[in-house]
Amino acid sequence: MHKRAPAFCSAARPGASGFCTRCLFRRARMPRPASPSIPEKEFLYSSLKQSLRLDGRNLLEMRAPTLTFGPELGWVECALGKTRVIAQVDAKMVKPPPERPLEGIISIHSELSPMASSEYDSGRPSDEEVTITRMLDKVLRRSDVVDKESLCVLAGQRVWHLRLTIHCLADAGNMLDCACLAGVVALRHFRRPEVEVVGDEVTIHHPSERAPVPLSMHHTPYCLTFAYFPETSILPVLDPSHLEETLSAGLLSIALNAQRELCVVQKAGGVPLAPDEILRIVGIAVDKAKELDKTVEERLKEDWAGRTVEVR
Amino acid sequence: MSSRVEILNDGGYRSDGRRQYELRDIDIDLSQQGTADGCCTITHGLTQVLVTVFGPKEAKMRSQTLHDRAVINVEMNVLPFSTGERRRRARADRRILELAATIKSTFEPVVQTTLYPRSQIDIFVQVLQQDGGLLHACINATTLALISAGIPMTDFVCAVSGGVHSTSPLLDLTTLEENDLPHMTVAVMPRTGKVTLVALETRLHVDRFADIFRLAGDAGQALHKEMKRAVKSRATRLVGAMETGMKPPMGGADAFERDVVMEDKMSF
Repeated sequence: MHKRAPAFCSAARPGASGFCTRCLFRRARMPRPASPSIPEKEFLYSSLKQSLRLDGRNLLEMRAPTLTFGPELGWVECALGKTRVIAQVDAKMVKPPPERPLEGIISIHSELSPMASSEYDSGRPSDEEVTITRMLDKVLRRSDVVDKESLCVLAGQRVWHLRLTIHCLADAGNMLDCACLAGVVALRHFRRPEVEVVGDEVTIHHPSERAPVPLSMHHTPYCLTFAYFPETSILPVLDPSHLEETLSAGLLSIALNAQRELCVVQKAGGVPLAPDEILRIVGIAVDKAKELDKTVEERLKEDWAGRTVEVR
Repeated sequence: MSSRVEILNDGGYRSDGRRQYELRDIDIDLSQQGTADGCCTITHGLTQVLVTVFGPKEAKMRSQTLHDRAVINVEMNVLPFSTGERRRRARADRRILELAATIKSTFEPVVQTTLYPRSQIDIFVQVLQQDGGLLHACINATTLALISAGIPMTDFVCAVSGGVHSTSPLLDLTTLEENDLPHMTVAVMPRTGKVTLVALETRLHVDRFADIFRLAGDAGQALHKEMKRAVKSRATRLVGAMETGMKPPMGGADAFERDVVMEDKMSF
């Protein structure tokens, strides 16, 4: 019997009866989530063939994102229908690593707990989880959203370390887009304290003393996911719901900004598509990103107008 | 630092002496490796990947079996000496896990898994050297290893990476070029010309995207010829070896002669 708590028992050594052979912890029947029933599947496919979606949207219509800002700067809750994600940014001053003395640090932590959906296991990261974390990393960090050099306060001595935490609260389909949107809006919403450097002395001014400054950002990417279905007569669907996602035969995720720059295009396997079809989808994504950008800008402006920043 | 190197000079040559649309040397080795059912070592310039395939065989984990098709299991290992600076990567490195997941989902619809219900196909990817184009080398090697294992597939999967230097597209980038240019990997199925994989990770304007995308698709077709040729020559060799072995037994003085014939035929 091993001494680790049952939750950490890998349960990967199940005996014939489903008990872990080492600690007699009964493995919950986790590995394969219940797949949709045959009638459900047929119903979805036949309605999609008539260009109808179960939630009444058009094929290429996103669920309207709801952005709620918290009392603190850099706290955003983003909801796409019933999919909900919270993103939070905080900054602290650290010493930069010697190989990059002139750049700030950005780290992304994503928490996909079984709370979001019973499909996420708390043990080893599943394939979807790896995909989501890697995509967040590519969209929000590797595409140079935040100007890292602007986060440097004193070369080699002091830089800002931005920590973006993403909590997935509920998964009702298309968690990736929701998480990316929450993350990028949180970065836009965040303001870091003003600093003053005199010689080697660094003074951080409390937000009540001096107005905090927004991060200097190169661009604002948005992620859009399209789902493909095994039958070729069904057209692709934007922002798939959970059922659509599970019954799809491939996802194509495109991250791009309103300036028509692609940051990430990811189509890993799934149904093979004609090159023209992919270019058509990219064209659609360009328009959708512009619309999304407009709504996000409006919401950010609204929120900022409603805030009183005290400066003594 | 690295941007001091001229990516594409005025004469239209790249830093390693190639033209814009020129692929690096490809070397395909399909010879047997240990007890693997199929294997392939592919070399694209200085990138070298070894893929071994075991299966289809009975699944190890009962809980993981599917009643109507085979499960594909991909494990990837990047050897510590594969890059310039020696460093050991954890097996659970997210980048490696993602690459493995990408390979798995690329091959799931191509391999005819429904022919082998309740079984498992193991693909082990070893990265021996890397100099850009890691994903495309892995995909090409996996295609060939699956073929050499005799696993039925609907088509080849041929992948090529492409990038763009200001406005001129380039193919098959090295690490040096990958660090400086926006680049992407495209995998095509040559028979239908359809695309199974697109992976772009750097910022690129939409208009440029279309150029590289189409170009990489065409390069995939060219690569297909090379891969097919390697498979054919390997198959001819194997068939040749089988023929010599299956010669009807002859008695007397002929037996002595036969040995000579065999030796002749065996020296390829």
